[in-house]
Amino acid sequence: MEKKNKIDQLLNQLGAWLQGTGQDSDIVVSSRVRFARNLRGLPFYHWADESKKKEVYEIVKEALFDIPELKNGIWVDISELPDLDKYFLLERHLVSRELVEKGPYKACVIGDQEIISIMINEEDHIRLQVLESGLSLLSALDIARRIDAQLARRLNYAFSYEWGYLTACPTNTGTGLRASVMLHLPLLVFTKQIANVVNTIAKLSFTTRGFYGEGTEASGNFFQISNQVTLGRSEEEIVENLLKVIDQVISYERQAREKVYTQDRFTLDDQIYRSYGMLKYARIMNSKEAIELLSNLRLGKELGIIDTDVRNINELLLLIQPAHLQKIEGKKLTMKERDIKRAELIRKRLGQEV
Amino acid sequence: MLCDICGKKEATVHLTEIINGKVTELHLCEECAREKGAQMEQHFGIADLLAGLADLSSGLEIKEEVGLKCENCGMTYEDFKRVGKFGCSECYSAFKKNVPSLLKRIHGSARYVGEGPQTEEYELVRDELQELRKQLQQAIEREEYERAAEIRDKIKELEKNKNRESKDGKEE
Repeated sequence: MEKKNKIDQLLNQLGAWLQGTGQDSDIVVSSRVRFARNLRGLPFYHWADESKKKEVYEIVKEALFDIPELKNGIWVDISELPDLDKYFLLERHLVSRELVEKGPYKACVIGDQEIISIMINEEDHIRLQVLESGLSLLSALDIARRIDAQLARRLNYAFSYEWGYLTACPTNTGTGLRASVMLHLPLLVFTKQIANVVNTIAKLSFTTRGFYGEGTEASGNFFQISNQVTLGRSEEEIVENLLKVIDQVISYERQAREKVYTQDRFTLDDQIYRSYGMLKYARIMNSKEAIELLSNLRLGKELGIIDTDVRNINELLLLIQPAHLQKIEGKKLTMKERDIKRAELIRKRLGQEV
Repeated sequence: MLCDICGKKEATVHLTEIINGKVTELHLCEECAREKGAQMEQHFGIADLLAGLADLSSGLEIKEEVGLKCENCGMTYEDFKRVGKFGCSECYSAFKKNVPSLLKRIHGSARYVGEGPQTEEYELVRDELQELRKQLQQAIEREEYERAAEIRDKIKELEKNKNRESKDGKEE
């Protein structure tokens, strides 16, 4: 494992989850599986003094360096990172908001294709996440389990036969599993069916969030759906139940696309081409607008209207975020400067040099 | 008296069944009584009682034990309620009187179903526990309550020992 801070090299690569491949990738952006794990008897981060935080850090670090699958990973001491790098990792979905909050002995390991990320001293001692492109929850679960099994052999997990994995927050107790899928649902938004879908999903005890994770509003028609319940159901049941819901949502979106496209093609075409035009020629653009326009461009690609590489759009969705823009420029930027650089970057990436 | 099924909570539902002159007693906590509701209805014909029970519990304030404290990390149950997070894994045992109802409120269940850590020692115990739980279920269905109690004790013993063993083993 690389010990040195090699975060900058990530800037030049596109994580596996943004490759635009996998099942139903015209609607499903990515799938994510996360396990919460803890060491028996050691206090959780919020309740631990510095020496206990250090103890957890040392124990988990040793175990992680011993795992063959992580040999090519990058080790990052989060606590020692400048804020910009923290937000950079956050924007890449490699770490959680909780992990980048101030505090000692926080760290993470990032797998070589950004599929695997393991956080140390988050809310729980260990948060293991697997992120893949397209609808691939089962494969993500499989990878997570393989790494988890390796860790279980090396660490003394806090586990009870009655309640399962014991986590800091009772909302994660049991399997400690959060499975989530990110969907692009422009036509459910366009036809105003989305509120209905979100409400129905909530009744089945699933949650919907925005593109940028916990606590964010859905933007640019991107929605993340995940399970709430972690106890009383096995890992497979949780994932299978979620998949059933996702399949439904996908078919609703497909129906809406077909219906609108046959009945009101011009409105849709117009919206897509206008967005494309703005992206290609605008001089100042804030994040919100950029995400919305890129979402429309993605729809154009998905409907076969515009011929462009979906990876290009995915990468732009990542690069237009504030920390990414500043990493690219190699310096701090004011909001106005960012809006200018953002517009410039998009023009360049869409092959428009005017 | 503890519940005959979960063995964790105080039994508040007491049932007596007489079949062919043979008297069988069953002592259950509210949760298990409700869970076993469908089965017991056949056995005891106590649909009315169970309906009443459901009403009772839905309108009932959750009874919480106060003054609990985790000896391992020092967190009290009052701390837990304030912070919303446990202090360490041992808090679960320290607060075990309140944990099942809490988990049930959040997840609709207080019983882990899943694979468990994929290590040899856990897999062995898991298989054994699975077998015992199956036997327990059968014993209850056949109304062999003495045998059910024996199996239940075995399960409890196994769960307890295993947790302690793995802890001691690794901390050396």
